[in-house]
Amino acid sequence: MAQRASTASKKSPQVSPPVSPQVSPPVIKDLHERMVRIRLFETEAGKLMEAGKLPGFLHLYVGQEAVAAGVMTALRDDDQITSTHRGHGHAVAKGVGFRAMYSELYGRVTGACLGRGGSMHINDLTRGMLGANGIVGAGVPIAVGAAFAARYKGEDSVAVTFFGDGATNIGAWHEGANMAAILGLPVVFVCENNGYAEFTPQSAHMLITDVADRAAAYGMPSVIVDGMDAVAVHRAATEAVERARRGEGPMMIEAKTYRFFDHQGVKGLRHPYRSDEEVAEWKTRDPIDLIEARAVADGTATRAELDDVWQRTRDEIAEAIAYAESSPLPDPADLLLNVYSG
Amino acid sequence: MTTTTEAPAVASVPAARRLSYVKAFNEGLAQAMREDENVFVAGEDVAGYGGVFRMFDNLLDEFGPRRMIDTPISEAALVGLGVGAAARGLRPVVDLMFMDFIGVCLDQIVNQAAKMKYMFGGGLSVPLTITTASGAGLGAAAQHSQSLEAWLAHVPGLKVVMPSDAYTAKGLTVSAIRDNNPVVVMLNKVLLGSTSEVPEEIYGIPLGQAHTARHGSDVTVIALGRMVGEALAAAEELAAEGVEIEVIDPRTVQPLDTETMFASVRRTNRVLVVHEAVTFGGLGAEIAAQIQDVVFDYLDAPVLRIGAPFSPVPFSPVLEKAYVPDRARIAQGCRRLLERS
Repeated sequence: MAQRASTASKKSPQVSPPVSPQVSPPVIKDLHERMVRIRLFETEAGKLMEAGKLPGFLHLYVGQEAVAAGVMTALRDDDQITSTHRGHGHAVAKGVGFRAMYSELYGRVTGACLGRGGSMHINDLTRGMLGANGIVGAGVPIAVGAAFAARYKGEDSVAVTFFGDGATNIGAWHEGANMAAILGLPVVFVCENNGYAEFTPQSAHMLITDVADRAAAYGMPSVIVDGMDAVAVHRAATEAVERARRGEGPMMIEAKTYRFFDHQGVKGLRHPYRSDEEVAEWKTRDPIDLIEARAVADGTATRAELDDVWQRTRDEIAEAIAYAESSPLPDPADLLLNVYSG
Repeated sequence: MTTTTEAPAVASVPAARRLSYVKAFNEGLAQAMREDENVFVAGEDVAGYGGVFRMFDNLLDEFGPRRMIDTPISEAALVGLGVGAAARGLRPVVDLMFMDFIGVCLDQIVNQAAKMKYMFGGGLSVPLTITTASGAGLGAAAQHSQSLEAWLAHVPGLKVVMPSDAYTAKGLTVSAIRDNNPVVVMLNKVLLGSTSEVPEEIYGIPLGQAHTARHGSDVTVIALGRMVGEALAAAEELAAEGVEIEVIDPRTVQPLDTETMFASVRRTNRVLVVHEAVTFGGLGAEIAAQIQDVVFDYLDAPVLRIGAPFSPVPFSPVLEKAYVPDRARIAQGCRRLLERS
């Protein structure tokens, strides 16, 4: 995909309805299941936070599921990702287990980070998940390094770095983009443009409409996709990943998407930085509703089959939360564990 | 200097070989690259040009562009490249040219490299080596002359080494590359051309282990980096006056081998800490505090610190000379300590 090929109108939220070409039924089902897993993981985590059960911060991904699912269905297990402070969706879609994730949110020793990392540092090296990251933009050069390692070792895995619109204003993003381009590394840059850097709308922090324009400055091709359409994201990601795997260098995907909850937590709007109407309008294009309507309409799945995915996932989540709640807390005697490697 | 006693015994070498600090570094790096295929070097002007201080001379010829990579002037992406590559099993050596430039990539060093193993629950290590040139003395002024070891030593997860001569430049570099943690190797610019006896074979100097560079009974001088040489010179001056000072070279400032220091204090009862960095908030304060915590009862005088004044490094040679501690100030400090009963 050498040229910009937009499947979305330039201005969010007036994105076009999903008109992306067909993909195979197993891919649709895979996309759907990964999105349901993210949605339920997140909404249950939100409830736990509201109930005062979780320490720390919780940046929910709900609304953006099509991006994580669309990209991760284009990847292999040995492909690496770096994520953001809003990283649960990427972790779930990359295959990190619910038990390890909930346990980490609870600060238990059974967590993905042994209770040392929390929500913003969930990782799983066996799944190619190089970590959520509390520093905006910091994962970008790290993904470049992971891609460098793959090529150095003669492997054909690729690295994907996820970032928001706001991260493209930070130096590390630009340095990482240029470094990947100049070294011709297999990196896919995925911008989840949800329109807000924390509480500040895109119009207040950059004078361009499409973040994808920034890729051109580094000689990197880019594509803009409807970030509520998992199929469109999957197709764009597949092309970008295959391109990178062939040794043709980095590429950027800008997915226009939206977060349904607040920047942090479920509510807590001290001032209305976005209107109820805007949120409601985006919710009419809920990415899971869209793929379910599509799956039923084209005969990929029956409603009962889709409902079964929800129920199975609910059961798995209930079990994982119970596991986390009954898991031991870390021992303060082990406070210095892993400060250094042996 | 007593460094040669630590070299591996090589019966067939008739005479000790002297090598410059920068060549010793270069030799250690090349040997570490031969030892481990996963070691590569990335940095600004390191490959084609061989590094602005000739640290990387001839390495491109031997190792080629796959393992010697010239990067854009992008310190954040450079260190990030190292972090990501290290997390995926390589042993990157990334060069920051002048230590002052760490300000533009401190996030990748402090928030990423140093913490990754800990905050990820131990599932990976970051065997990253960062090489850089520190110190004043070349008239390079305020943005190219600093000694910022205290910034880095304050960060859990990082290791910081300060070679004081050619022998330690090679051995500490080899150990840094072999270590499974992020290690910053602070090479001193003024020492680059200085020579000492350096074994030809590859050797590592254990990280976190101080070295007693000179034995003495009257005052313990704990000196960092280039100050080790100044302290040894001061020792000669004092010896003529009948004063024997013990000089301790921590070699690694994080983790810091305080046990060697405590043992020395128990023998001498007087301590001077000297570093090139600004005194305020410097490692001298930490060392003094730890000594007072543990061996206070052995002290015959308060721990004395000598460092730079609270000022950026000046340009004019006359000012720069006044700024950096030297053998005369160290000798004077020792005399002051001995005047206290």
